[in-house]
Amino acid sequence: MNEKTTNVLIVGVGGQGVVLASNILCAVVVEAGYDVKKSEIHGMSQRGGVVTSDIRFGPEVLSPLIAKGTVDVMMAFEAAEALRFAHEVREGGKLMSSLTKLAPPKGPTRKGQIEYPENPLEQAKEFCKGTIIPIDTDTIARELGNMRLANTILLGGLSAGLDIDETIWTDMIRKMVPPKTIDKNLAAFARGREVVSLAEA
Amino acid sequence: MSEKQENRLLLYGNDAIAHGAREAGCYFAVAYPGTPSSEILPAFAQFPGVFAKWSPNEKVAVEVGIGSSLTGTRTLVTMKHVGVNVAMDPLMTFTYSGVRGGFVLVSADDPEMHSSQNEQDNRCIAKFAKMPVFDPSNSQDAHDFTKIAFELSEQFNTPVMLRETTRIAHAQTMVTLGEWEEPVQGEHFVRDTSRFVMMPNFARPRHAFAEQRSLDLQDWSNEWDGNRLELKSKKIGIITSGIAYNYVRELLPDASYLKIGMPWPFPDKKAKEICDYCDRVLIVEELEPFLEEEAKILGLPVEGKKFVPREGELNLDRVAASLAKAGLLDEVPEAREGAPVIPRPPVLCAGCPHRGIYMALKKVNADVYGDIGCYTLAALPPLETLHTCFCMGASIGNTIGTSLTESDHKRPQVAVIGDGTFYHSGITGLLDAVTSGVNMTVVIVDNSITAMTGGQENPGTGTDLMGNTVPAVKLEEIVTALGVKKLTVSDTYDFDTTLAQLREAIEYEGTSVVIARRPCALFPKKKKTNPFVVLEDVCNGCGACFRIGCPAIADSGKRTGKGLAIAEIDPAACTGCELCVQVCPVDAIIPQGKREEVNA
Ligand SMILES: Cc1ncc(C[n+]2csc(CCOP(=O)(O)OP(=O)(O)O)c2C)c(N)n1
Repeated sequence: MNEKTTNVLIVGVGGQGVVLASNILCAVVVEAGYDVKKSEIHGMSQRGGVVTSDIRFGPEVLSPLIAKGTVDVMMAFEAAEALRFAHEVREGGKLMSSLTKLAPPKGPTRKGQIEYPENPLEQAKEFCKGTIIPIDTDTIARELGNMRLANTILLGGLSAGLDIDETIWTDMIRKMVPPKTIDKNLAAFARGREVVSLAEA
Repeated sequence: MSEKQENRLLLYGNDAIAHGAREAGCYFAVAYPGTPSSEILPAFAQFPGVFAKWSPNEKVAVEVGIGSSLTGTRTLVTMKHVGVNVAMDPLMTFTYSGVRGGFVLVSADDPEMHSSQNEQDNRCIAKFAKMPVFDPSNSQDAHDFTKIAFELSEQFNTPVMLRETTRIAHAQTMVTLGEWEEPVQGEHFVRDTSRFVMMPNFARPRHAFAEQRSLDLQDWSNEWDGNRLELKSKKIGIITSGIAYNYVRELLPDASYLKIGMPWPFPDKKAKEICDYCDRVLIVEELEPFLEEEAKILGLPVEGKKFVPREGELNLDRVAASLAKAGLLDEVPEAREGAPVIPRPPVLCAGCPHRGIYMALKKVNADVYGDIGCYTLAALPPLETLHTCFCMGASIGNTIGTSLTESDHKRPQVAVIGDGTFYHSGITGLLDAVTSGVNMTVVIVDNSITAMTGGQENPGTGTDLMGNTVPAVKLEEIVTALGVKKLTVSDTYDFDTTLAQLREAIEYEGTSVVIARRPCALFPKKKKTNPFVVLEDVCNGCGACFRIGCPAIADSGKRTGKGLAIAEIDPAACTGCELCVQVCPVDAIIPQGKREEVNA
């Protein structure tokens, strides 16, 4: 068991399922016997705002918030959000990101307005001190025949970045998804896990 | 590491408070919603055998709670920090009278103003009101302190405040739950004129009682193990409370600590003890120098706000910087800057019923005195049609003041207030406007729900928290009863009519009211209606649809012959409200099914 506190940051946009994913991660680390704290800001997120969730686990966790630049593993559900928080990843840490792009609605360009980034993950290299691992969730989900599996694919990726027994994850997925979709979800989880494992090998 | 236990759960602070109340046998809970307090009441309402209700505002909630306590029932009252301001009047005197059933007031403070208009520190209010206050550091504390607070309330005959902050309310930490108590209803009200009729002659002895009680509570505070001394290093001692404890303890694991669970009455003996034990004592607390002032009144040699910021919330980085300033940690390197990324500011939803009335207000160039709710977002581009916002209910009073004093009435004077906010604290303002004969217009934006805080029922909704059908009060009837002679009800999805109705109301000499009515686009959940699409070859790039600020409308990236941006509509986000259709001068926006016909 890891004696240090592990810092996980999950980011995305309101409505993408960031909070649900962080709940599943927390259930997994509790099952693995760790102390855990999680903090997120509720409020205006349902209106398409940025959503972040700080999760910290270890033998004993004090602060529920992660210090700047000390994220061990970051999971981004959206590519521009990966860029926004890329500098939070520590040296040697991992930034896993979906390729999904959700540009905020915008009218005609005004002077000085920041544009939605052309290639967010490419730009993120300049700010991220750790390894960047893209996950093409859309393509994998399409191959599996259901776009709604994107989040489970990302959870699989996240699981590969953390040192927790795989069976705890798969047991938790069996418990938390509708019974009819268990097989599809387990397949999606395995595909996400594989992408990250291969990238790390 | 502890074995996994059935009764050990990962809980938000707000859920932990609900559980603590339940374990204390609390039967009755009453609240007014407000971030970050809003989840406590719905969580409590799910327990069997309890009763929970929303009140129209915090003052009423506290008064209802007082009544419940007077029957001998344990009572939980919750609200956000600024809600306590609204409830101050009953609270300040109830602390003289004291309780029968235990009375716990949860004040959810919001350092950093994540969703609030100020960041007041309600430990100060507790002291001012002479009520003991608990300050939890995590969900376990929130749970345990709630339970103790009920005991303490009855033991010392006092209402008790549990003050939490956003990072307690909305953070999940592990909690070991206790045994459930059957919730108990008190038998009946017991008359006690000398205690419950606060006329001067009866109130004077109660003030003396309250002063003695504070001294007795201070003895308790010194004894209680929730004010905990952890004596280690003789060099450096830290006095801290609430969320701040976690940050310092993580950064200075070897220092001595006085972790304060009850900031007031202040555990003076324990504070003296750590000051005697350590060479140097630093106080690390969020917001006001509350503990610091208590310690300094005692003449203790402590330091605090000299190093620790008074504004905003604390976190590991800010506390590390404070400790470095105090010479207790090495200088922390400046954190790296992140990439500048396109912001995602909160906007009115696609299909929001508030949008239409602001389009009309913009057209007539009204000075709009605003209020608090989703509709406050109209202050931001592109609508920019709300010009003040102070506190709930302020809009009407503000408009009376401007209307009565400005010497050249250049622009129409209009108050905009939500239905929830009107019930909360707008009614008396309108009474003032009418009876002072003020020439102004009040727009009540009626989406029939408390949307901003997550969709709680309000007096106009017709259902309550327990799921019962209850009488809904009609805004029209209230407005008419208050003596308003000019009243119109408009449908905000019909722009031209809304604009005409608004113009007429503004032209009326005297106080006029427009009820701008349409249910919220989010609550209750609706079936999707047919979305609209932009015909690229018809769109002339005029930008009228962009200016209504709908998040479903975006620049398609394509340009007209003159190089102007052609709009596009996100079919997944469009709710079919048709406001954009009504502002499009060239009829370029049509229902989705129709395009196929046009193209055919
Ligand atoms: C005294 C006080 N209590 C509670 C709040 C939290 N709060 C902000 S907006 C709002 C309700 C708004 O409801 P309504 O006026 O119906 O507008 P809507 O959001 O539905 O448009 C509440 C309760 C507050 N800001 N101040």
